[in-house]
Amino acid sequence: MLFTSYEFLLFLLIVFTLYYLIPKKWQWKFLLLASYVFYFTAGRTYLLYIGATTVTTYLAARKIQDRKDAFKASFDAVKQGLTREEKKQKKEAEKKHQFRLMLVCLLFNLGILAVIKYTNFTISNINGILHAFGSEKTLSFVNLVIPMGISFYTFQSLGYLIDVYQGKIKAERSLGKFALFVSFFPQLVQGPISRYSDLAESLYTEHKADYRTITLGLERILWGFFKKLVIADRMLVAVNAIIKDTETYNGAFAFVGMLFYALELYADFTGGIDITIGTAQTLGITVTENFNRPYFSKSIKEYWKRWHITMGTWFTDYIFYPLSICKSMQKLSKFSRKHFGEQIGKRIPVYLASFIVWFTTGIWHGANWNFIAWGIGNFVVIMISQELEPLYYRFHSRFRVLGKTWFKMFQVVRTVLIMSCLRMFDCYRDVPLTFKMFGSMFTKFSVKSLTGAAFSGLGLTVWDYAILLVGALLLFTVSMLGRSGSVRGKIAGFAFPVRFLIWYGLFLTVLVFGAYGIGYSASQFIYNQF
Amino acid sequence: MTEIQEKKKKKSAAKRGGCILLCAVLIIGSLWFLQQLFMPKYMHDIVEGAMIAEYYQEEKDHDVIFVGDCELYENISPQVLWDEYGINSYIRGSAQQLIWQSYYLMEETLRYEKPKAIVFNVLSLKYNEPQKEAYNRMTLDGMRWSMSKVHSIEASMLPEENFIEYVFPILRYHSRYSSLTEDDLTYLVKKDAVTHNGYYMRVDVRPAENVPEGKPLGDYTFGENAMSYLVKMNELCKENGVELILVKAPSLYPYWYDEWEEQVEVFAKENDLKYYNFLKATDEIGLDFTEDTYDAGLHLNLSGAEKLSRYFGRILSEECGIESRRGEAALEAQWDEKRQAYEADRDAQYAEIGKNRNEE
Amino acid sequence: MDELLEILRDLHPDVDFEHCDDLVDGGILDSFDIVTLITEINDTFDVAISANEIVPENFNSAEALYELIVSKMDAED
Repeated sequence: MLFTSYEFLLFLLIVFTLYYLIPKKWQWKFLLLASYVFYFTAGRTYLLYIGATTVTTYLAARKIQDRKDAFKASFDAVKQGLTREEKKQKKEAEKKHQFRLMLVCLLFNLGILAVIKYTNFTISNINGILHAFGSEKTLSFVNLVIPMGISFYTFQSLGYLIDVYQGKIKAERSLGKFALFVSFFPQLVQGPISRYSDLAESLYTEHKADYRTITLGLERILWGFFKKLVIADRMLVAVNAIIKDTETYNGAFAFVGMLFYALELYADFTGGIDITIGTAQTLGITVTENFNRPYFSKSIKEYWKRWHITMGTWFTDYIFYPLSICKSMQKLSKFSRKHFGEQIGKRIPVYLASFIVWFTTGIWHGANWNFIAWGIGNFVVIMISQELEPLYYRFHSRFRVLGKTWFKMFQVVRTVLIMSCLRMFDCYRDVPLTFKMFGSMFTKFSVKSLTGAAFSGLGLTVWDYAILLVGALLLFTVSMLGRSGSVRGKIAGFAFPVRFLIWYGLFLTVLVFGAYGIGYSASQFIYNQF
Repeated sequence: MTEIQEKKKKKSAAKRGGCILLCAVLIIGSLWFLQQLFMPKYMHDIVEGAMIAEYYQEEKDHDVIFVGDCELYENISPQVLWDEYGINSYIRGSAQQLIWQSYYLMEETLRYEKPKAIVFNVLSLKYNEPQKEAYNRMTLDGMRWSMSKVHSIEASMLPEENFIEYVFPILRYHSRYSSLTEDDLTYLVKKDAVTHNGYYMRVDVRPAENVPEGKPLGDYTFGENAMSYLVKMNELCKENGVELILVKAPSLYPYWYDEWEEQVEVFAKENDLKYYNFLKATDEIGLDFTEDTYDAGLHLNLSGAEKLSRYFGRILSEECGIESRRGEAALEAQWDEKRQAYEADRDAQYAEIGKNRNEE
Repeated sequence: MDELLEILRDLHPDVDFEHCDDLVDGGILDSFDIVTLITEINDTFDVAISANEIVPENFNSAEALYELIVSKMDAED
């Protein structure tokens, strides 16, 4: 079910009420039940997939942990009588064994993900190749349903498994508790991708109904609804109009559309996460943040530490680092240093690993060349900015502009524009079209075109734009205020009437101005025969 | 705890309680206000949405209740039925009223009163499924809450509708913030009457010209869903000792197929019900479609409605045994007042037409 | 230690590595830097720093990093 639906609100109400009425020691079990019910309503067959991932990861982690414990005991008993070389060998053999266990589980679960998400993509590419070689043959597509949140919960589970393998955490002994970690319902829709060590802290403990925590959570949920219903869903109307009709909406419209999308995606994604984290908070559970005022970033690298944070750290910790410092990479680096020189050699691990990470990030977002292009686009921009660093360094030594407000604003605007351009890959049907639209921003840009009839064809009224403007300003203000501490915390310090006005006012804003429901237009009542 | 501490605790508890109460009142009050503000008032232009709600103000003492769509509420004049036959009647009509909506309106009405007869226009048998959300609203929003309303909503909802949006119409109409008019404040609480005992009066004239022949259909059988409600209507009326009378209004369009006519005649015969097809009696009624219709034959105007009412009134009093109640003081007084409004409306409409004609 | 400081200064000439203790948390070293660092360190000191040792505690200061290197060189249990 969608977050912004009557069903979800009803579901929340029931879960929340029962959660605090039942004996506290049952709370996590109840959440497990609620999460599976939630998932069941999304799709019955989904339960098989999440069940498979849960059970296999649980077993693999348990086995690895058991082996670790057993090995430690047996190793400690004999280590006195061993040489350094023998100790090393024993350890490596054991590690290899554990690695194999982990690998099997990884491949199985990634395999499920790959087959479900990428089969049709692979088929369409094969068809493309076949046709390029003049073959008449066409493979038909398969009809596979994609379980909700599979990319998120798979990665969350595998992160747990790798952490157990690396000895960072101990495997969870209770299947039920682990199942809850995998399926915790607020996270099923769009993450964040939590680490076991973070989430487990509050997920299983007993929670007393605490006024402050609950109200903070409810406030956050309301804020998320505001972002999604008042801003995102409204902006989406215009975005859809622009990206669907590229004949009419190019040039200046492509530019405007890109900015609209920047607002829409931000409001929708962060709004959804607000609802996720807020919901967890009402249950006394802390879910890690996924955004940190990303549009205030001054560089792409900083942006990726502030946008979809848990995805960034997951790819960094579990793919980028292991890949860039593994033995094969080191060997490759040495080889390149010898044959292509120091400069290229030392860049190989970083850039090659980074490229693979961004390729994977792209494809993780979706089974489409658009996303891959987007991922690689990010990589290219990062690589360029990395290579330009010496130049920047010399520039900033000459011109003391670093830290000046106007320069910071320049950096922020530059970052927003670059990221918005990259996101054009998200919008358009395919990669060539994206490049075409991007190019048209320069070749066909005409401010005049914006003032014509095409603008009203976007589907929004003057009222809508006014609401979007005020909404965006509100978002901006709240973000600015948030830099010096929690906004909700500050509001909690106000007198009750003021707090009431703020939250009730926000509620009424969502109720009246939310872009939900059938909408009202006089034309609905035009009739020709009663 | 000392006495003072206890007193303080009680005081702050009372303060908290009072605070919560105040908040609740504020919230409920403001939400109610907003809901009233945003719900369409249907006082001008599209008035059909205001019709259903008008019934509840009436004295519930009618001899005949008409239930159905525009073919009833634009074609029958209760004023004439009273003036010439002493029949006290009311039309519970609404735009494109679907047959299950009619059934549940009947069910509800019979909880308020027991008329001698209920008249139902059979056109709505052609709709087996929910049709348009806007028309649903115009019929359902006006009903008072009852199990009949609940069932009617459930039977009428289209896939994009939600039951909770009927319980809290603000969820449906909130997007009217950009199309609010003066009417929304003027008629926030109390509305004007748009009908005369359910009759929607139009005096203008637009002659019927090329009324198209009905296109052939693939299947003429009335849907099972629709027929089931006709059956239920019959049972409901029998249980309550009310005579169900079926009619087909003399509207030239939508086209009334012979195959449909047959099915209704069969049903009426099998269930021993009276059925009058006014399309077949236009001469007797004296209808002239060059001057008795205001929209080229879809509906009758005042002149046509009064002719039809005269004709049908005679049937009701002679064949259906509805006795005249002229002489009853209360009713006489009521209808005198109604006549004033009736004639005022008629005169105002003629004046408007005259004005428009002068301006041309 | 001096070798390590040299490697660090090579990356960021303008940072005071001798006294700074929030290299990671303060955003001075990013993920690219860490990888380049590890590659250099592995080569220079003939150790094999692994991915699960990439935590802020080990990389926040030159000292912490040096301790990590030393402990790996003396790797016992």
